[in-house]
Amino acid sequence: MNRGEDRTPALGSVSPALEQRLQELWEGEGGLKGVLSTVDHKKIGLRYIVTAFVFLLLGGIEALIMRLQLAGPDLRLLGPEQYDQLFSTHGMTMIFLYAGPVLSGFSNYLWPLMLGTRDMAFPRVNALSYWIYLAAGIFVYVGFLGGNGPNDGWFNYVPYANRDYSPGMGEDFYALGMVLLGTSTTLGAANFIVTAMRTRAPGMSINRVPILLWGTLTANVANLLVVPAVSLAFFLLWMDRQFGTHFFDVRAGGQPLLWQHLFWIFGHPWVYAIVLPAMAFVSDGLPVFCRRPLVGYPLVALSTVATMILGFGVWVHHMFATGLPALGMSFFSAASIAIVVPSAVAVFSWLATIWHGRPVVTTAFMFFASTIILFVLGGVSGFMTASVPVDWQLTDTYFVVAHLHYVLIGINVFPVVGALYFWFPKMTGRLLDERLGRWNFWLMFIGFNVGFLPMHLTGLLGMPRRVYTYGPDMGWNTLNLVTSIGAFILAVGIVLLLVNVLKSRRGGAPAGANPWDAHTLEWSIPSPPPPYNFAVIPAVASRHPLWEGYLDEELRSSLDRGLLLDQAKESLGTSPLDALPDMILRMPEDTVAPFVLTIGLGVLFAGLIAKSWGLALVGGIVLTAALVVWLWPRRELREREAVRG
Amino acid sequence: MSASVDDIPEAGGQGRGGPASKRVVVGYGFWIFLLSDIIMFATLFASYAVLAGATAGGPRSQDLFRPGSVALETAFLLASSFVCGMATLAVERRNQRWTQAALLLTGLLGAGFLTLEIREFASLVERGAGPSRSAFLSAFFTLVGCHGLHVTAGLLWLGTMMAQFLAKGFRQNIRHRYLCFSLFWHTLDIIWVAIFNLVYLVGTTPYV
Ligand code: HEM
Ligand SMILES: [Cu+2]
Repeated sequence: MNRGEDRTPALGSVSPALEQRLQELWEGEGGLKGVLSTVDHKKIGLRYIVTAFVFLLLGGIEALIMRLQLAGPDLRLLGPEQYDQLFSTHGMTMIFLYAGPVLSGFSNYLWPLMLGTRDMAFPRVNALSYWIYLAAGIFVYVGFLGGNGPNDGWFNYVPYANRDYSPGMGEDFYALGMVLLGTSTTLGAANFIVTAMRTRAPGMSINRVPILLWGTLTANVANLLVVPAVSLAFFLLWMDRQFGTHFFDVRAGGQPLLWQHLFWIFGHPWVYAIVLPAMAFVSDGLPVFCRRPLVGYPLVALSTVATMILGFGVWVHHMFATGLPALGMSFFSAASIAIVVPSAVAVFSWLATIWHGRPVVTTAFMFFASTIILFVLGGVSGFMTASVPVDWQLTDTYFVVAHLHYVLIGINVFPVVGALYFWFPKMTGRLLDERLGRWNFWLMFIGFNVGFLPMHLTGLLGMPRRVYTYGPDMGWNTLNLVTSIGAFILAVGIVLLLVNVLKSRRGGAPAGANPWDAHTLEWSIPSPPPPYNFAVIPAVASRHPLWEGYLDEELRSSLDRGLLLDQAKESLGTSPLDALPDMILRMPEDTVAPFVLTIGLGVLFAGLIAKSWGLALVGGIVLTAALVVWLWPRRELREREAVRG
Repeated sequence: MSASVDDIPEAGGQGRGGPASKRVVVGYGFWIFLLSDIIMFATLFASYAVLAGATAGGPRSQDLFRPGSVALETAFLLASSFVCGMATLAVERRNQRWTQAALLLTGLLGAGFLTLEIREFASLVERGAGPSRSAFLSAFFTLVGCHGLHVTAGLLWLGTMMAQFLAKGFRQNIRHRYLCFSLFWHTLDIIWVAIFNLVYLVGTTPYV
């Protein structure tokens, strides 16, 4: 019998015997070895999500300390240097270690389930991206907790970040940490792109994919194109600081503006990369609770792509103010003008979906629906800063801080929490508590608006951002106190979320396969899904495989009968646009190589930061050895069977 | 209507044409990853272009570069890429001896390239034109050095490829890997051609 990858896969139906066989093939090891060696996208996805939430909490604690300091005038909880490190680390943590990775986590977990396949295209690379992300996070936090946090804001402008003005090691930790993180992001991006193009279930042509595929794919194409630029910029900065090169040093002909260009080529598309997948949560989740398909699917898909393309052209707007006294134009202001048209498409489609549907008000629905409100508010303030005279007034004031938090919390945190309520049952087999959920939602929603709406006014009254305190007679006292109170209410809301997760993980109501009666493939398999995801590879005939009955579709997807692929750890490769079956993919076994490689990389970077070349060399050797082991050809199935007898 | 799998004729048809290859997928992924590498080089080129005139009163490119030696380097690398192409043919024929010979020559030519490059760097530093002399030289050393590091990594990779062919023969997954390697090696060649033109040729053209 032909068992190689060149055979014709058989058709078959789901049966207990089949499930048993697949379980044996796919089940990973237990114990510590299993933890370090798994390549299962579900485990990796959950790790991403949990790690990102830990960073959200760390960034949140930093924010609360800042808000304590700013709650009244002339407080001296923190000195100026400490405040600088706090807001820089807060910004870096939220943007790089929370907002991006949390979305990678959800997509990592959900994509193969939504696409009807058994894993990502490159499971080991997937494990590697996670480990490197974790290493990067630990790396910068080792710096920060040792008193070496970045202190020049998250966009780290030179010349402030040059050695002359920032002699400590804070900038070095930040720079090298971002090089590490960039490696992780780039690897992840390549993996997402190939997964999207080559592993969708047969029949899931490109116009039948969930919006999350569009959102994450677009974001990752962008990452692939811009992250290398910023990693390189951080590397050059580090060389300037430690090896006396002069990329950004004017005295020897260097160009500080080069930093700004390299940073914003990346920074602007990155804004979209951390909101587009989150918007996709809303586009995929909202229809389920409105009991009807998304209105205007093709428009939403296209506008996702259009937003990103626009996003590439306009990085220079961050530097409008460079010729002007205040260096450092706001992050998000004019960005919003380019995003207006495509985002309006999304907003209208969501509103129309609610309007034409029969909404079931769950906590997830409330988070998704509130995203729309916050999106509109954030959009309006963005629109205001987009006009240049207004911008001159507002650049570097609290108006900008308010605006960027409306964008980031409104279009990242709220949909992410909604997504958690929505998909938690799939991940754990348990529903989150709805009563706690209401408290969770209202505290977050009220706290957020109480905290950040008044900030617009503080900004209009002239309070600059990034100041560690202010005098009592500026007229900012009450507003700041209100903001701090709001921030704490928001924080209580987030703590309730944690309580809910911890409580429901074991004790929540059992969810069953499809608690929301949703329509995409991930809801056709048990919760939590078995290690192989799908016992047979489904064949997809529409955009909503589980609603074809309701919607009286002519074509029906086939979920219980499909290609078997039970001879080895295998999955199906399909063609990029039409998703026609194309080849059998052999999926790798669990391996510790990605973990060991990351250890090597970590030691290498520790050596670099400590300027201990011996240590760096050891790291390099471990890294190379891990690579060789990784790449050393595994024994093929046939070979193994021959050995076995 | 139901069960659309049965309606998809392609579902079973792929076995006919011989081994369906994961190569397409591995190659696809590696190509995409290479793209990010190319973007990194593009960024380095851009930085170099911005800083090329920023000599801070130090030596200019016309004073430093020697086209002759660089032409030799280029010849080495191009030849190496060509021999790598021969190796690909040998791999397709499953010819162990020719594969090993061609890969060895590929590596030797690559090592020759590196030796010349290191000598050039050393002589620049000796003449007081090291990377910390001016922004121009910082950019030069980083761009060309980054390429050199890639070549070094490529040589290591090449060594493991030879070992794999030797130990395990011409198995499918090794050939896929080899495909990735050759993609990488040819890409380095292309990047070098860009460096040769934009850095050395442009840099040694006297002002008119
Ligand atoms: C509990 C919620 C939060 C509170 C109370 C909060 C508060 C603050 C405060 C007080 C600042 C410093 C303002 C200044 O002095 O200029 C700040 C800056 C910032 N925050 Fe938040 N924040 C919160 C959540 C977030 C989240 C979720 C994100 C992103 C996903 C975020 C991203 C940023 C960024 C990018 C900056 C700018 C840092 C810089 O100036 O370099 N924040 N935030
Ligand atoms: Cu922008």
